Amino acid sequence: MYTQALNTSDGEDRGVEDAAQAARFQARIDAEERIEPNDWMPAAYRKTLLRQISQHAHSEVVGMLPEGNWITRAPTLRRKVALLAKIQDECGHGLYLYSAAETLGSSREEMVDALLAGKAKYSSIFNYPTLTWADIGTIGWLVDGAAIMNQIPLCRCSYGPYARAMIRVCKEESFHQRQGYEIMLTLCRGSAEQKAMAQDALDRWWWPVLMMFGPPDQVSQHSDTSTKWKIKRFSNDELRQKFVDATVPQAQFLGLTVPDPGMKQDAEGHWRYSEIDWDEFKQVLAGNGPCNRDRMAARRKAHDDGAWVREAAAAYAEKRQARQHAQAAE
Amino acid sequence: MATPSIKISETPLVLHVLRRADDALILGHRLSEWCGHAPMLEEDMALTNMALDLIGQARELYSYAARIEGKDNDEDKLAYLRDERQYRNLLLVEQPNGDFARTIVRQFFYSVFADLYWRAMMRSGDATLAAIAAKSEKESAYHVRHSSEWIVRLGDGTEESHARAQAAIEYLWAFTGEMFEVGDDERGLIDAGIAVDAGKLRAQWLKIVSGIAAEATLTLPSNDWMQKGGRAGRHSEHLGHLLSELQMLQRSFPGATW
Repeated sequence: MYTQALNTSDGEDRGVEDAAQAARFQARIDAEERIEPNDWMPAAYRKTLLRQISQHAHSEVVGMLPEGNWITRAPTLRRKVALLAKIQDECGHGLYLYSAAETLGSSREEMVDALLAGKAKYSSIFNYPTLTWADIGTIGWLVDGAAIMNQIPLCRCSYGPYARAMIRVCKEESFHQRQGYEIMLTLCRGSAEQKAMAQDALDRWWWPVLMMFGPPDQVSQHSDTSTKWKIKRFSNDELRQKFVDATVPQAQFLGLTVPDPGMKQDAEGHWRYSEIDWDEFKQVLAGNGPCNRDRMAARRKAHDDGAWVREAAAAYAEKRQARQHAQAAE
Repeated sequence: MATPSIKISETPLVLHVLRRADDALILGHRLSEWCGHAPMLEEDMALTNMALDLIGQARELYSYAARIEGKDNDEDKLAYLRDERQYRNLLLVEQPNGDFARTIVRQFFYSVFADLYWRAMMRSGDATLAAIAAKSEKESAYHVRHSSEWIVRLGDGTEESHARAQAAIEYLWAFTGEMFEVGDDERGLIDAGIAVDAGKLRAQWLKIVSGIAAEATLTLPSNDWMQKGGRAGRHSEHLGHLLSELQMLQRSFPGATW
């Protein structure tokens, strides 16, 4: 569903490589050429992308959990089917993204192990709980909406497999966003109780969604190299502002109030939001969000409970191959 | 305040359609509980696909049941506003997921039956049921393939997977007899060429299931004592919990549109 600018710093290992190769690489990037898996690339470019794509894949998979919390309680059969199909899409995104990341030289198993060991990150937003049905509408509307804002530019990312994965992912996300908004519209046109449910969900999700775009530009550590490599084309604050400008009129149309009493529209028409509570963001990233422990526990349980199944599939495939060899030898 | 259950005019045809709809919904619901928790992402996709197929079948069947009943009911009222005793699904499909082996064995037993059933129903004299059968058969054929492949992998995989698959077969076996039960109220429909005599599908079901079990080095129980009651609305303790979750919002917000 979403990748987040987490700006965790790595030791840069550029400079040890051939300067001429590096210059040729940068010239290709500048000419808007796509870099493909077998092409030469700086080690730091590979590392940055591997971190970003794997975090994105983990986010898709962990992101199945908060919405999955409402599958069995969806209020109509149509909503149940739509929610299941949406979560299945997220699972599919996880699969393409792990595949895209594998082209950089890490296996899915290694990436999943890093997630389960708590070494890899996923988007902070999935550490918040889904408490009512309106949260399902809000996630589609705002979380998928924020993801689209971030991912549309990634369709032009310099790394070919990631850019191509993003094209398909964005199409599906935009469908999810409309679906989420339609849930909100139905609630807002419903009973007073339903509308209050919608407002409560917006109140709880608004600020965490703004945090999805990552830290403010003045403290962002990695944007420069990512921008030079055309992995990132807009800054965190630029994307956040674009999202707020697009979303405020949608909230107004629903008759909902954005929970930011200080918000004002400036002379250029931009909706200027108040200070974001970056301490909360840091706490959630540090593992102290309301659901961090539950999310990781659920992923670990699925992985551990599934171990015997994966072993059985591998053992069977091996036996079958051995039998085929034996038959061929006869 | 809570929304009370609806009343159904249970004519033989309405009952017949509801039984099939309830099977599909309850099994689809059970499969949907796996979403996000499966042993691997590929299987998460596959289990969700089967859940989507089954809930899709349930929607068509409920809509048709509501239409022939000719009252004010619709797919959601039938799914969300009937209580446990009004549900007519097989006991097999309401059994909890258990481990992956139990989920797969449950799917395998049901899908082999459903595929035979839908294939026969494609010749139903009721044009709507014949059309639903044609669509459902394509889906159940895939479910048979997917679950059979897993039965073989688990049975002939590791010692642990074999033991789990064998235990699942033994646990679920007593729920298979009910699939072939024919209610007195269904006789007229069978004679009229609208419904299929499920009892006549048993031999073929057993042949297919035995074949796959043998390939998987698994043994079918010789015990032929069978648990029944679902078709008459007498369920296991598990269904009530499932319905309390499924129906939560519709029951708590009377008359709301979602």
